[in-house]
Formats: sequence, structure tokens, C-alpha cells
Amino acid sequence: MMMAPRQEYWRWAEGSWADPDRHWKDARVVTLGIDVGSVSSEAVVCLDGELYAFSTVRTAAGSVESAENAMKGVFERTGLRFDDIHYVVGTGYGRVNLPFAHKAITEIACHGRGANYMGGPSVRTILDMGGQDCKAIRVDERGKVTNFLMNDKCAAGTGRGMEVIADLLEVPIEELGPRSFDIDEEPAAVSDVCVVFAKSEAMARLKDGWSKNKVIAAYCRAMAERVAALLQRVGVEPEFFITGGISKNIGVVRRIEEIIGVKALPTPYDTQIAGALGAALFAHALYLKARGKPQAA
Amino acid sequence: MITAGIDVGSKNIKAVVLRDGRIAGEAVGSGGFEQLARATELLKQAVRAAGCATADLAHITATGAGRTAVAFAHSTVTGVTAGARAANHLFPGARTVVEVGAEESRAVKTDGAGRVLDSAVNEKCAAGSGSFTESMARALGMTLEEFAVRSTQSTARIPMNAQCTVFAESEVVNLIHSGVDPKDIARAVHDAIASRVAAMVRRVKLEGEVVLLGGMAHNPGFVKCLKENLEVETLLIPDRPELADALGAALVAADRAGAAPGGRP
Amino acid sequence: MIAHYGYQDAEGEFFITIDTDRCGRCDGKPCVAACPRGVFTVEEDPYGDTVVAVDDRRRKRLRYECAGCKPAGDRPSLPCVRACPWGAMTHSW
Ligand code: SF4
Ligand code: SF4
Repeated sequence: MMMAPRQEYWRWAEGSWADPDRHWKDARVVTLGIDVGSVSSEAVVCLDGELYAFSTVRTAAGSVESAENAMKGVFERTGLRFDDIHYVVGTGYGRVNLPFAHKAITEIACHGRGANYMGGPSVRTILDMGGQDCKAIRVDERGKVTNFLMNDKCAAGTGRGMEVIADLLEVPIEELGPRSFDIDEEPAAVSDVCVVFAKSEAMARLKDGWSKNKVIAAYCRAMAERVAALLQRVGVEPEFFITGGISKNIGVVRRIEEIIGVKALPTPYDTQIAGALGAALFAHALYLKARGKPQAA
Repeated sequence: MITAGIDVGSKNIKAVVLRDGRIAGEAVGSGGFEQLARATELLKQAVRAAGCATADLAHITATGAGRTAVAFAHSTVTGVTAGARAANHLFPGARTVVEVGAEESRAVKTDGAGRVLDSAVNEKCAAGSGSFTESMARALGMTLEEFAVRSTQSTARIPMNAQCTVFAESEVVNLIHSGVDPKDIARAVHDAIASRVAAMVRRVKLEGEVVLLGGMAHNPGFVKCLKENLEVETLLIPDRPELADALGAALVAADRAGAAPGGRP
Repeated sequence: MIAHYGYQDAEGEFFITIDTDRCGRCDGKPCVAACPRGVFTVEEDPYGDTVVAVDDRRRKRLRYECAGCKPAGDRPSLPCVRACPWGAMTHSW
């Protein structure tokens, strides 16, 4: 038995990007942030504390290998070599195992910092949901985390729960969002939280004559209610910013917005890199601090 | 006196016909969507096996998650109460009752005579009940029996990190790919659920002898791990541990019929 | 920083909440030794404070780790909460 390549939905395509208008040779401080996640790994380069380039790759068997692949992507794109980098910060599930990082920082702190950069200083509440976890984070105007929570125990609170239901209904996962609105009347949420039991409940509903779309709507609502409960535990304060694969499922996003009464900020960035970007920004601050130029970390 | 107990789980339905304190007939079958119809049918089977007629039943008590669906029952009782009643009927004096079924697990402290003093239940997360092992056996491509037996042959202790059935399936697949011996994986799975069940027992405080009920009592891999986790030498297991709740309900039915004679046909 | 460690699943929400600003000021970190299950660790947070956190290996099974401290009947005060001189710790269940 193999894991389905369905995980793709919860990550962006592999690839790399660099700002065409800048060159790293002009920068005084070049820093690297690496985020080794359970599904994908990212490397971000910042020049003097500004986003310059990134690459994202599929996470390999080992954290070091994944980090190296991500680094290679960004180096090939920019012509940078490892020796040109002043400071490296690692984050994510695999952060403890990166021998070439100067420091490891929690993904929560990095995520807060990265979202502050992408969404701007008015961002106060961040929701990050990927295939395997869900984070609710409150930050101040500098991106410092003031309150956080992470749920990675239960599949029901993560993108994985959506995959299971999509599989069961044989509906492509990217169609779940739009289809969840193609209904006559919004149904009550699926009452079983547990994915294992929710599957039986979904089957029973279909047998009762519910359309697939209605079952999807009931499941999106259940997920939105659960996420909203987590957000309310940290307290929701606008602006609200969403990162991770869930941002692509409008069926869940719209319902979360409706429950908490706040709309999510749009962003031009690829939010997948939030953690690695935050790590690169931390690296910048830490490098300046190490050099004796005081700056808040 | 003849009474019946019927245990309606979301997966299986079990019926027991009790004559003068002994099981006279029984029937087990899958539940599915038509709970009432299935319950009616299984009760008929149990009655037939007991060599009597439905009209002979002094009282019928239903238990289990779907107990309210059983329209023909005279009364209902919770699974916790039914299990405790059965445990002390079979093992008078035992005070700690652990019950692990496919979709629910619980630890109950009783007074030794079937009354519940305290209980801790896990009924909504599949990772805390027997279905966890079913999913993992499937991931390993083994039958439940094979999975259980292989587990007892393992001497290694590898940790399972995932605490969720869904995530644990992927973890098991990864363990297989990285060449871990299937018997050690089987043991890790049984140990994971046993440690969760043992924690429920800590909530009611382990006292005296421990009775193990529910379908998981048939699984030697789980039984071994549970003994280790509870640090006990023996677990008291009846012949038909999976029928315990239905038996308990039938015993409660007898109590109720005795208290209100002629209450129902 | 208010840190919530734990999880939400079908059985409910199981979070230990630590106000790490108060932890930073606490010298002995007595909660660590008070816990019979080794739930807590001391770490430096990203902002330079030395704070208490929940051990990663315990985080996803807090309901079970804490079961012994939380009997089904009358609940005594929790060793970790009792040990904290700053009132920095609460449990959600
Ligand atoms: S409730 Fe279900 S989905 Fe959630 S942790 Fe338990 S088994 Fe997994
Ligand atoms: S309740 Fe008990 S086991 Fe849980 S953290 Fe506190 S002291 Fe440790």
C-alpha cells in the first residue's frame, strides 16, 4: 500500500523564484531560512532583510537531504554559493537536524514573522493549515508571537481529513470548495468529528439521499467550526491572514470567515514560504545582533 | 424468568437471551443503516437459539450507542452500567472493569456488586478503541488474528508517534518501507492503544483484580501489552467478552422485570 | 507569550496554557520537577526568554499523560498548577 500522491494539493508546485530587479552582490547582509516540513521544504534568501528568492521542493526521506534540495534550488536560481550566506536559520519539523544552520527557531515564531512580512504589520491573527497540522497564531505589529496554538494530533483538524472525504466521495480535492456552495440549503455540520467515524456518517447521509455536494458542504462546515474554535482559543483580532493549503479551499475559508465575522486579507505572495521567510528574517536580525548592531530580534 | 439484552453498536449488534441468570441464546450480526430491523432480526435468532418465543421475554433492555433506536425494548441502560453489571455477575468482587470494543473503550470502577462508582470513557476518537488495530492490520496487509499473534512474538520496542488512526496508517506504511519487522510494528500498534487504555484506567484508579471485556479481549497482542502497561500479572477474561454489554443489559432487564412483575408480556 | 500546548480531537480540547512572560521571571521552574510524567521541558524561546514548554513527545497525548492527576471523580489540584508560584499555567480540561 502506498500513500496517494494526493498530498500535492497541500503544497505548491516545486519551483523557484528570484527578484529580477535585484542582485545579491549589492547586498550587505545575505541570510537564508530553511523550513523542512512534513510534506514540502522551502529555502528563502533575504537581502538586507528583504525577500529576494525562494525555492520549494518535496520533502525527501531525511531532513538534511530535503534542506539541501531546497537550498540547491535557490542557489541555482541566483548563482549564490553557501559561502556567500552570512547566517542560516532552520525551522519546521526537521529543524533540529540541520548541521549547517546557525540556529533553529520554532515554526510558530518563524510563521508569525513571515506572515507579518507578507500580510503587513496590521496582521494580528494567522491561520495556517496544511496537510498535517493546523496553527492559530496571534502576533504584534512586528510579527512577534503573543499567543499560539498548534494542532497536529488529529487528522480531522487538518487537510488530511479533507483528503479522506474527497477520496470517499471520489471528488477531486480542488473541487471540494466550489461544490460545497452548489447546494439548495446549507446543511448542519457532520456531527462526527473523527475522520474514521465521519466516513460512516457521510455514507449514511448519501444513503439517505443527500447529494455529494451537500455532504461536502456539511463536512466543510464541520471543519470550519473546528478551526474557528481553535482561532477563538487564541482570540481573533483583525487583520486575519491565512496561509497553507487550506487557503485554496474556499468552502472552508468562507465558512470560517462567516463564523468568526472577519474576512481574510488577500496577499500577492505564495504563502507556502511563510515559515522559511520568517526564518530568513530571523537570520538577518540575529546576524546584526551577533555583529553588535543592536536590533530587535 | 427469561429476559433479553440487546447491544446496538454502530458496527455490530449483539443479542443475549437470559434464562435464570445464564445465557440461553445469543446472536451477533452487523448493524449497518437499518438498526431497528437488524436488532429485531437478531433478537429473533437469539430467542430461537434459546428455544423459546419472543412472547416469553419478561423484559428487554437495550444498550450501546444505538440503544434508543430499539423501539421494542422496554428500557435502556448505558454501556458503562451494562458492562459493570456483567463483569460482577461473572467475577463477583472485581472492582476494575476495562472494556475495549471496536468503537469505544472505557474503564469503570465498581463496588464489586455491579454498581458503577466511577468511569472514564473514550468513544469519539477512533484511535482510542479497537478499530485502531483493525486499520493498522489492514495497512500491514495482515488479518487481525495474524496481526495479534505476530505482535506477541516481538521483543523490540519501537515507538509510534502518531496518536491518530489516520496519521498512524501513514506511519505504519513508512515503518514498513524503512524495513522494520512487521511483528515489531504490530507490537508498537498494540502498545500504543494499550497505553491509552491504561491511562483511562489510571483515571478510575486500579484496584484489585482487573476484568477485561469487549472484543479486544480476544486479541492476545493487545492483552499482553495491556498487562505490561497496567503492570498486572493477570486479566480476568470471560469466555465471550464481546457479549458482555448485551449480557449486562439482560441482567438489568431481569432486575427490572423482578422489580415490576408483569410489567410487560 | 501565551502558549497553548496540546490538541483538539473528537474527544475534546486538551490544552495546557502557559503564560511564558511569567515563566521568564521564574527562577526555579518548580513545575518541571512537580510533574510525575515529565511533561515539561525548559527551553529558550525565540525572543531570548528561558521558559517552560511541553515536551514534544508528550504534546499529542496530554489527555493520557495527565490521566493520573485527573481522576474521574473529585479532582484534587494539579501538581504542576500548584507548583507554579506565578499562576502561569492553566489546563483546558
Ligand atoms: S478523532 Fe479520529 S481523526 Fe481525530 S485523532 Fe482520533 S482517530 Fe484521528
Ligand atoms: S496534570 Fe500532572 S501529569 Fe499533567 S502536566 Fe500537570 S503534573 Fe504533569
